[in-house]
Amino acid sequence: MKISKQEVLNTAELARLDFKDSHLEKFTEQLGRILEYIENLNELNTDDIEPTFHVLELSTPLREDKVLQLITSEEALQNAPEKVDDFFVVPKVIED
Amino acid sequence: MDINKITIKEASRLIKNKELSPVELTKAFIERIETFDKNLNTYITVLADSAISTAENAEKEIMNGNYSGPLHGVPIGLKDIFVMKDVAATCGSRMLENFVSPYDATVTSRIKKAGAVILGKNNMDEFAMGSSNETSFFGPVKNPWNMGKVPGGSSGGSASATAAGLCTASLGTDTGGSIRQPAALCGVTGLKPTYGRVSRYGMIAFASSLDQAGPLTKSVEDAAIILNVISGKDDYDSTSVDVEVPDFTKNLNGDIKGMKIGIPKEYFVEGMDKDVENAVNKAIKDIESLGAEIIEISLPHTKYAISTYYIIAPCEASSNLARYDGVRYGYRTPDADNLRDLFFKSRSEGFGEEVKRRIMLGTYALSSGYYDAYYLKSQKVRTLIREDFKNAWEAVDVIVAPTTPETAFNIDEKTDDPIKMYLSDVLTIPCNIAGIPGLSTPCGFSSENLPIGLQILGKAFDEESILRVAHAYEKINNWNLKTPDL
Repeated sequence: MKISKQEVLNTAELARLDFKDSHLEKFTEQLGRILEYIENLNELNTDDIEPTFHVLELSTPLREDKVLQLITSEEALQNAPEKVDDFFVVPKVIED
Repeated sequence: MDINKITIKEASRLIKNKELSPVELTKAFIERIETFDKNLNTYITVLADSAISTAENAEKEIMNGNYSGPLHGVPIGLKDIFVMKDVAATCGSRMLENFVSPYDATVTSRIKKAGAVILGKNNMDEFAMGSSNETSFFGPVKNPWNMGKVPGGSSGGSASATAAGLCTASLGTDTGGSIRQPAALCGVTGLKPTYGRVSRYGMIAFASSLDQAGPLTKSVEDAAIILNVISGKDDYDSTSVDVEVPDFTKNLNGDIKGMKIGIPKEYFVEGMDKDVENAVNKAIKDIESLGAEIIEISLPHTKYAISTYYIIAPCEASSNLARYDGVRYGYRTPDADNLRDLFFKSRSEGFGEEVKRRIMLGTYALSSGYYDAYYLKSQKVRTLIREDFKNAWEAVDVIVAPTTPETAFNIDEKTDDPIKMYLSDVLTIPCNIAGIPGLSTPCGFSSENLPIGLQILGKAFDEESILRVAHAYEKINNWNLKTPDL
């Protein structure tokens, strides 16, 4: 098996995802098979190959430092699950 | 006039001549959607009221002599991945079930500005992750040629709606084949432009180095008409490229005599459907009969494309989808006592299986200790796949191959086997990895009367050549004129 249940749980922690026990087995098995499949890349010797992170030669475009109002703060907050005034609300983070 | 067969070109000719009312055309499409979409499920949101009022405005403008071009008053669909101001954009996910966009995507604003009537938002695989439209939170889409078959994905709603005549055409997106594969399976034309040709602003992100928007249409010329409207540099997307946008409709009728057409032997894969192989070989003969020169070529790294893609795309997705945390927008779990719970539960309840699988795969491949083995390795193989194409362009002008190794498969056939599902994109993925344009056009039907697609690939920013070959081929058999009986 390419990946253990523990590794799946560790990865889930990083990805902020929960997996129920009943599901973990099947998921581990499927991930393992996908990782086994992509092993075929190791048939290729890529020691002297430059990576292509992007097909375009990207540069950072600059523009004049001018304020553009694309959306209002009201619009930015319109989809908030919970809000107060101009703020997004989350459960209390700081202990009493 | 058969509404289900009408192309953009024909509709716009009639509208321009004031022989067809955009309002009546729009109402006719909405009626068809009401009749047939209960079964086909191609729309997540139908914008009946706003479509009719847009059509009324278009009609007034045209009657007043202000005709603004071939999309003016023409009803089209929009994959639910493009945001549209004041309209829901779900991306096929529970995560965005109640999200209403405060702005327009650039693709949306460009087609609005061209006067198009947007009929609604087409169903799709969740976050564009899927090859069958079965991962949608809003239920699977059916293939209009056979209701027991999938339409392909992820732009399955766009392809099925276009084939079934529930719109004249639709805009989709293609990250690993998501325009071309469903176009092939539903018997319509699908074009993925060169990476950078069309702005991705407001197109909900999946894998940003691969995603590209493009049209699904009833003819090659219609694809050119839409490409004219959506192409070009956009200040809101730094990866949109500032190159000249030609009039793609202008050289469609050009001669293809003497053009060099490459046939990559690796695209005729083992286990390929015989009907597909025969139809594609016949299409190659047809293209040769127009005076093009057929040259066998090799793209030796083709078999590594799926593995490369299933590292790059999930890595980028795991990063892009980190934004869904239940705080600023999107699904929030009703029972979280603390912030940690809020993140974990909102994401676990809001995302479906396939999306979670890809986030996990990407997170794993990018995690400490695995980066070189997976992510870096895949980016090096991307170089090799690009070089395959670069070498090919020294000998040929375009490449012709099947779009998919098989016709539409049964609903539920591959849902339990991710690798089997992933392999349905084996022939479309290399194009995205190399960033080149690709098109699928109908090239016949199987013994089961299911459509077969012919794929045409071109050099970066040379959509004109692939459109020209596709248009010349289309005129020989007119496969595109066949429509399913609903």
